[in-house]
Amino acid sequence: MLLMVLTLTVALAACGQKNNSSNGGNASEGSSLSGSFLASGSSALQPLVDQVSKKFMDANSGVSVQVQAGGSGTGLTQVSEGQSQIGNSDVFAEEKLDAAKAAELVDHQVAVVGMAAVVNKDITIDNLTKQQLVDIFTGKVTNWKDVGGNDQKIQIINRPSSSGTRATFEKFALGQKSEDLQGSIQEDSSGTVKKLVGETPGAIGYLALSYLDDSVKAVKYEGVEASADNVANGTYPVWAYEHMYTKGEPDAAIKAFLDYMMSDEVQNGDVVELGYIPANKMQVKRDVDGNITK
Amino acid sequence: MAQSLERQKAKPHIAEEWVGKVYTLLCIAFLITTIVSIVYFVASKGLSTFFVNHVSLTNLVTGLKWSPDGQPPVFGALPFIFGSFSTSILAAVIAAPLSFCAAVFMIEIAPKFGRRYLQPVIELLAGIPSVVYGFVGLSVIVPFFRDVFPGQGVGIAAGALVLSVMILPTITTIATDALAALPKGLKEGSYALGSTRWQTIYRIVLPTTLPALMTGIVLGIARAFGEALAVQMVIGNAPHIPHSLFESASTLTSAITLSMGNTAMGSVANNALWSLALILMFMTFVFVFIVRWLEGRKKL
Repeated sequence: MLLMVLTLTVALAACGQKNNSSNGGNASEGSSLSGSFLASGSSALQPLVDQVSKKFMDANSGVSVQVQAGGSGTGLTQVSEGQSQIGNSDVFAEEKLDAAKAAELVDHQVAVVGMAAVVNKDITIDNLTKQQLVDIFTGKVTNWKDVGGNDQKIQIINRPSSSGTRATFEKFALGQKSEDLQGSIQEDSSGTVKKLVGETPGAIGYLALSYLDDSVKAVKYEGVEASADNVANGTYPVWAYEHMYTKGEPDAAIKAFLDYMMSDEVQNGDVVELGYIPANKMQVKRDVDGNITK
Repeated sequence: MAQSLERQKAKPHIAEEWVGKVYTLLCIAFLITTIVSIVYFVASKGLSTFFVNHVSLTNLVTGLKWSPDGQPPVFGALPFIFGSFSTSILAAVIAAPLSFCAAVFMIEIAPKFGRRYLQPVIELLAGIPSVVYGFVGLSVIVPFFRDVFPGQGVGIAAGALVLSVMILPTITTIATDALAALPKGLKEGSYALGSTRWQTIYRIVLPTTLPALMTGIVLGIARAFGEALAVQMVIGNAPHIPHSLFESASTLTSAITLSMGNTAMGSVANNALWSLALILMFMTFVFVFIVRWLEGRKKL
């Protein structure tokens, strides 16, 4: 019986491989491209990839792109093991995979996501320093009056410790890892975080800039407002690249797709429209260790 | 002549028999393959936490601290195990009396109205997707608890309340079937001796069907134990044993769904989640054995 399963798996895998290898061929013009590939991973990046892939398929009828969400870890694992051709991730591959596997992957940074600390609308403060955020998220400060607000208990609405959004926030806003505190709430989706921060008295959480609206209040970080411009010119530090990884250099169809992703049409159109910051607008660069260069 | 006719008659018969047999065997083979592969897959992944990453089993089952990203990583799943048991048992405590009353009402008190209207409505609850339960819980129950009780609203109480509605149809259906299967003679005998309807239900019907009712409860708990999405949305997901029913807590399933997609396959954090899945599967087996044992104790 196990044999049967194995045979099935091998047969299916073989089918998959056949599909992939047919992408090759010469393709200088868009219309002659053919093949099908799968982009899986980060749910933060999925809306963008989804929307762009539809446009790309309309322009290139021979290409079929499938987009799946499932988390950055899943995306990186799948592209590394060849189950998908593009792995979408909120974090650098080096942070999730071991060094040898990460070295095989080629990074394509297609967009930037900025993040802001958000609080319930009844909180009176509108600026938090790095130290204050660290104190709040490590549980040293449990009442808003200690950071200049009213006498109210702080309720942390966090992301799960494995989440890419949390990793970004901890790395660039707190500068250190934080533990899951007794009584803190952890939610998986940005929508739920926004809902809970908006409803719960004394709540603090963090969201990507594209999720901000009137139901929550974004606070300044060290006096700098969280805006796309401030992220682009390097004054606001809490942001991360959205990566699309391929294993080795991509073949023609995938390359055309990634090029289209980086084209001005997409970067100034879909990327901005969906609330991301275009990668080519960034005046600063950051490497995997967090070092910033102009 | 007669013999050959008989033979011709027998042939399609045998063919039917054969087709039926092969079809059934194929289905069974497929089922068993699926089950064995799932068990093998979860076990191989879940056990590698102990054999490859050398996390000790006692630490996993009794540890209080869950910090897969820590230096060094710590895997203590007791808060999750505690959360899973407390939410599902509390859910059964809420749902069981309601289900019994519904079943007694449908069979003993108002069979016509009950079976025609009440039963379809309760069974309808089983068809509602769990994300809908979760969202209703998050939008109605959590704000209500937050306003009424001290605490955050999320937590074991909210999770158990959502789960109790979800397992209501399971327990009710089994209880209804058990009550309906009760021989008429038992009740008639009780009435003939002069007992009232309440005495009959309380002294005769419930004690006789008790094993079946217990089966319903255990199946309900098993269902609640495995439910992930709805619980995850309302329980808060802090990996700690909470101090009150209204403080953020975690279950095995919510811990798995929360982090599975974000961890890379083969990493320690990912394997540890598979170990949680293994614990979950083991518990399901235990529940199944309890049900089999209860079935064996049936008095009818």
